[in-house]
Amino acid sequence: MNNNPQLNKNGELQHLLTTEGLPASILLNILDTAESFVGVTERDIKKVPLLRGKSIFNLFFEPSTRTRTTFEIAAKRLSADVVNLNIAASSQSKGETLLDTVDNLSAMHADMFIVRHSQSGAAHLIARHVRPEIHVINAGDGRHAHPTQALLDMFTIRHYKHDFHNLRVAIVGDILHSRVARSQIHALTTLGVPEVRVIAPKTLLPTKVERLGVHVYHDMAQGLKDVDVLLMLRLQNERMLGARLPSAEEYFKYYGLTQEKLALARHDAIVLHPGPMNRGIEIDSAVADGKQSVILPQVTFGIAVRMAVMSILAGN
Amino acid sequence: MHLPNAEQLLADLTGRIRPEISSNTALVGIHTGGVWLAERLHQNLELTLPLGTLDVSFYRDDFGQIGLHPQVKPSDIPFEVEGNHIILVDDVLYTGRTIRAAINELFDYGRPASIRLATLIDRGGREMPIAAQYVGATLTLPANKMLALERNNDGKLSLSLYDKSPLGQ
Repeated sequence: MNNNPQLNKNGELQHLLTTEGLPASILLNILDTAESFVGVTERDIKKVPLLRGKSIFNLFFEPSTRTRTTFEIAAKRLSADVVNLNIAASSQSKGETLLDTVDNLSAMHADMFIVRHSQSGAAHLIARHVRPEIHVINAGDGRHAHPTQALLDMFTIRHYKHDFHNLRVAIVGDILHSRVARSQIHALTTLGVPEVRVIAPKTLLPTKVERLGVHVYHDMAQGLKDVDVLLMLRLQNERMLGARLPSAEEYFKYYGLTQEKLALARHDAIVLHPGPMNRGIEIDSAVADGKQSVILPQVTFGIAVRMAVMSILAGN
Repeated sequence: MHLPNAEQLLADLTGRIRPEISSNTALVGIHTGGVWLAERLHQNLELTLPLGTLDVSFYRDDFGQIGLHPQVKPSDIPFEVEGNHIILVDDVLYTGRTIRAAINELFDYGRPASIRLATLIDRGGREMPIAAQYVGATLTLPANKMLALERNNDGKLSLSLYDKSPLGQ
């Protein structure tokens, strides 16, 4: 019935690899379940026994302290056992292939893999390879997808705006290199946001980006008008291989989010950022620390959303 | 079969609990039927501590068989569990597994002075060493029947009997 590698034969979520092609019902179920985990993370004992005895492996082929930590905390609050592997510094440097690494860990009775890799499709490859009782979560693959980041952004938007069906959402910055932006766009359109905009210089936009159903702007003044939600992206210095920008200062001048530019959006607009922030490049400190910023609540909600994804997968 | 009147049982239950409450008694309803019942009891008994609610989905013992319940509701315990006397409220007491899960969840909020259990119907069939201190009525039902509390539009409670689905829910 389905060719989606993320779903099992009953149409339930088996792996979370991308927000693309997932029905709204599955996305909403994740957000609803996460609501119940928010309460758990506010208690003195921030732990439930749901995944007791499960072994979760954080496979990070690309350095990331923040995302790895949030997955680790989420797994521990579900009472799972978590093993962190920074593979950049380990077996791959000795020549082991990706799938050999996975096979070895599967032989240690892994129940779930959380995969971060610089190559697009790495998590898909692992998901197709593992036994059916093992679940895979994509924690970011190349420029392709970062579904849990997009889901925690959706959770944050719903928390503050309550409904998706009357919103204007602008994604601002380095769309070209951003797996976050792609996952956000698919999630926003599936959840019924009527107008999704991308705002970026031409050099930081993929060709034919409007095919994803977004409106393209190159100018902040036009693009931010009447916007309810601003999704800022990090300027990915480490991915800036070519000379796509004259300088960080010039980028800040035209696309950096300042109070003045934010004032062009709706007065109750909220500002999100996936972190880590480059203050003074894509966002000004006055905005990042200002009253419209929901950047720190995003981090808190991110734990609950990852707990929801892990427990839904483990139960399917 | 003839089912007892839920409103009458609720009145009886209120009368039985009333002499045993104090300023540090708190009610905690278990989703969904137990919350409806607890709301009415809380109102009838005029307790000072606010009403708590539990969804025991994260503590159930059948997660490995059936996965996560698709409509988990947030648990909400808006008072200190530590040192207070708690009355758990559920609509139907059967195997005792839900109550086991609820007790475990409560202890993650603190160490209560005591926990008692109030239920509208005790239908027997216990699989755990659990007993209710306040019972509306005791019924014997065939294992393939499911007894459920329902609430109509004006808030009145009633009992209904269903055939169990093959999945046991």
